[in-house]
Amino acid sequence: MTTALFRRLLVPALTLLGAGIVPLAAQEAQPRPDPRYVAKARADSARYPYTEADVHFMQGMIHHHAQALVMAGWASSHGASPAVLTLCGRIINAQNDEIRFMQMWLRDRNQDVPAPTPGPMKMKMDGMEHEMLMPGMLNDDEMKELDRARGVDFDVKFLRGMIKHHSGAVDMVNELLGTYGAAQDEITAKLAQDIQIDQTTEITRMQKMLAASLGLTGPA
Amino acid sequence: MFSPQRAHTSRGRLQRIPLLAAAFAALAGCSAATSSSGADAGGAGWMASVPAPNPDPRVGLKAGQFDAQEAVWNMRVLSRTRPSEKFVGSTMSDLAFLGNYAIQGSYNGYQIWDVSNPTSPVLTVANFCPASQSDVSVYRNLLFVSAEGNTGRVDCGAQGVKDTVSAERIRGIRIFDITDIAHPRSVKNVQTCRGSHTHTVVVDPNDRDNVYVYVSGSAGVRSPSELSGCVHNPDDPNTPEFRIEVIKVPLANPEQAAIVSSPRIFNDLKRVTSHGASPEDRAAMDAARARGEFIVSIFGQDQILPGQMTRVMLDSVVKARGGAGAAAATGADSAALRGALPGIIARMLGQRNAPNAARPGVTSCHDITVYPAIGRAGGACEGYGLLLDIRDVAHPARLFAVSDTNFSYWHSATFNNDGTKLLFSDEWGGGGAPKCRAGDPREWGSDAIFAIEDNKLVFQSYYKLPAVQTPQENCVAHNGSLIPIPGRDVMVQAWYQGGISVFDWTDARHPREIAFFDRGPVDSTRMAMGGSWSVYWYNGAIVSSEIARGLDIVALTPSPFLSQNEIDAANTVHLDYLNTQGQPKLVWPTTFALARAYVDQLERTRGLSADRIAAARQALNGMNGTSGASRREALTQLASRLDSDASGSDAAKIRTLVVVVRDLASH
Repeated sequence: MTTALFRRLLVPALTLLGAGIVPLAAQEAQPRPDPRYVAKARADSARYPYTEADVHFMQGMIHHHAQALVMAGWASSHGASPAVLTLCGRIINAQNDEIRFMQMWLRDRNQDVPAPTPGPMKMKMDGMEHEMLMPGMLNDDEMKELDRARGVDFDVKFLRGMIKHHSGAVDMVNELLGTYGAAQDEITAKLAQDIQIDQTTEITRMQKMLAASLGLTGPA
Repeated sequence: MFSPQRAHTSRGRLQRIPLLAAAFAALAGCSAATSSSGADAGGAGWMASVPAPNPDPRVGLKAGQFDAQEAVWNMRVLSRTRPSEKFVGSTMSDLAFLGNYAIQGSYNGYQIWDVSNPTSPVLTVANFCPASQSDVSVYRNLLFVSAEGNTGRVDCGAQGVKDTVSAERIRGIRIFDITDIAHPRSVKNVQTCRGSHTHTVVVDPNDRDNVYVYVSGSAGVRSPSELSGCVHNPDDPNTPEFRIEVIKVPLANPEQAAIVSSPRIFNDLKRVTSHGASPEDRAAMDAARARGEFIVSIFGQDQILPGQMTRVMLDSVVKARGGAGAAAATGADSAALRGALPGIIARMLGQRNAPNAARPGVTSCHDITVYPAIGRAGGACEGYGLLLDIRDVAHPARLFAVSDTNFSYWHSATFNNDGTKLLFSDEWGGGGAPKCRAGDPREWGSDAIFAIEDNKLVFQSYYKLPAVQTPQENCVAHNGSLIPIPGRDVMVQAWYQGGISVFDWTDARHPREIAFFDRGPVDSTRMAMGGSWSVYWYNGAIVSSEIARGLDIVALTPSPFLSQNEIDAANTVHLDYLNTQGQPKLVWPTTFALARAYVDQLERTRGLSADRIAAARQALNGMNGTSGASRREALTQLASRLDSDASGSDAAKIRTLVVVVRDLASH
């Protein structure tokens, strides 16, 4: 019975993880803007014009999500517990969808559509190009450390890293919502709010899992 | 809940055991529960032999906004009505009903439809007054509308609100007087700190002068400069997070509506499947404290720090001052560790010290369904499903909470009519993502059904739309309502572009789809928002709010799952109004259709002999429209024969039938 139950939980998670190691959205050829949707986006923008902050949010969040995909993609090969595997399966599924969605939003507005790579985002300031990590993203050393971890050690480092990562996404949403004229259109407002709610809920869940992984409480 | 024995385990076990335990806890939600509910009597196993359409006609439907191909099973479509001019292209949202009217929310305001003739709804009024999500409810002459987004304006303007602090913004509840339904009149805007994503109108049976509104706001906290008292600091005792708002609306003076309480129904919501600390637990903790054990507070609950962890920490404290290690610890070292512990634990758990950092715990509900007839409510609150006691309407209190590793975001709740079961839905992906694809697990983005036993929630099963949908269709469990089929738990539910699904959950462990209506994607080339936001049964019609396509009205048709008598009996139930999140107790008037419906059900489950079924039908069919002594005598005789049959697993249903037949005899 135990084995059967384990299998029931593991199989869907593993299936998803297998597909998720390379961001799905990266595997697809970049489509061209669809004139119908470009026209619709233009009409939406006439009512609620989007701002540079909205564009920056979408572009930055694509990089941000891409790193979450890489981190979650390690779960199956790094001996994560079943609970962490389930969590990672869901993160991969959800953030792949959101990346596609954000790319579509940018494409419809003829903005640069970044490839979903987990690296820093290139930003122009005073005519100079700078590279910066979005809030909460793990730096190279932290990523290498996570990649070296196995089993319980991976669970703990992953959960700590992903809590930080998610908190950064929530900060990005708060920054967007605190910017004059930003997040006025339905799509941006809904996406920002979904990210805020989903990731806040998931942070709570991960903190409980982390306390359990550390032996501080019973099962999460 | 603390486990003293864990304090003495070896390092290896310390790390392994909780993990295994966590894995089992994750699985516990999947394992079959041992309990059974009263409504299961008679069983619903007969449905297993009725086949579903194969191949499923919902797969491969042609796309289109207004000309998509459709698949219908055991239903018929009565009407498809496009949104009115100013609402095309906006998002149609939730529904409420009053008399012959369906009130349909939209991100652009609301439309009121006269649905006296469900084959051709007539637009009574389209009130352009943008706000997301415009969740709507009614009570007598009052209409309540939720406003949450940053762009909603007090003056109903379409231009949005660009300033981050502005007196022009409405986030909260809009109240309209609809005494003259064609001319709604704004009477009050009740502003709240987090706005209103959804709300629930609650009628207190003991208070005739007021109606209450529970407000669930899931968006960020607004600036105190915009609305005074809105503190954006989760550690401030006055934070608007971790609570709901209760608005009291004086019926005679709705313009005086105001927040009367802000219950913190999530407080100490930590280890949710267990009770709080028992007196024994507390005594043990006091004893541990007296012994000098290190006590840590994990999510508000005191725990003894595991011994191994204490040694490691103490070791580093001593070494930091150049000492030899834990063995050389002094009282001062212990005191230093005690002082540093909260910070260490916070860092271990990835908590930040920033004032606005997310703190663990539920900050809001997505939706609350109240069932005043039983004094209970179901709260769908971020990572938890709650059972609430609402007998003191202004002060709801939590009775029990469940979590489930398969559930991403607890979205809404529906009780069965007996109040013995509670169904929660999981809006994984927020409703804008395609979560019904072949690779999406069936436990994710689904419904979870619980039995309510001694004020506890006991998991029974999951239900998810059985048809695979395309990546172009946003699809996940969303809003639905009961259909009043007597003696059974039947529900209709919206799955966005997955369409609408009718399912029977009488047998809580084996829910089964019995009817559906679906369209192809809005667009075949990409995920474009659309689909059924809400679908509710109201006085015989099944009304669906279609995000992109408008208003659909469908009706059930007889099938091997559902007889014409059962549909007729359902249609005898009359509601004067309906807010689905204020669940009404369904009551069936005494009719021949009701008696025949029970006879049909007893035939399926073989609860009565074939002879008795035939005799009952003959008596019931022969008596329709007759009166007098012969009718009374025949029905009384039938009742007493049935009464003598009342045994076995269907005994309760037979006795219910006897009561109906006796009532018919005395009419």
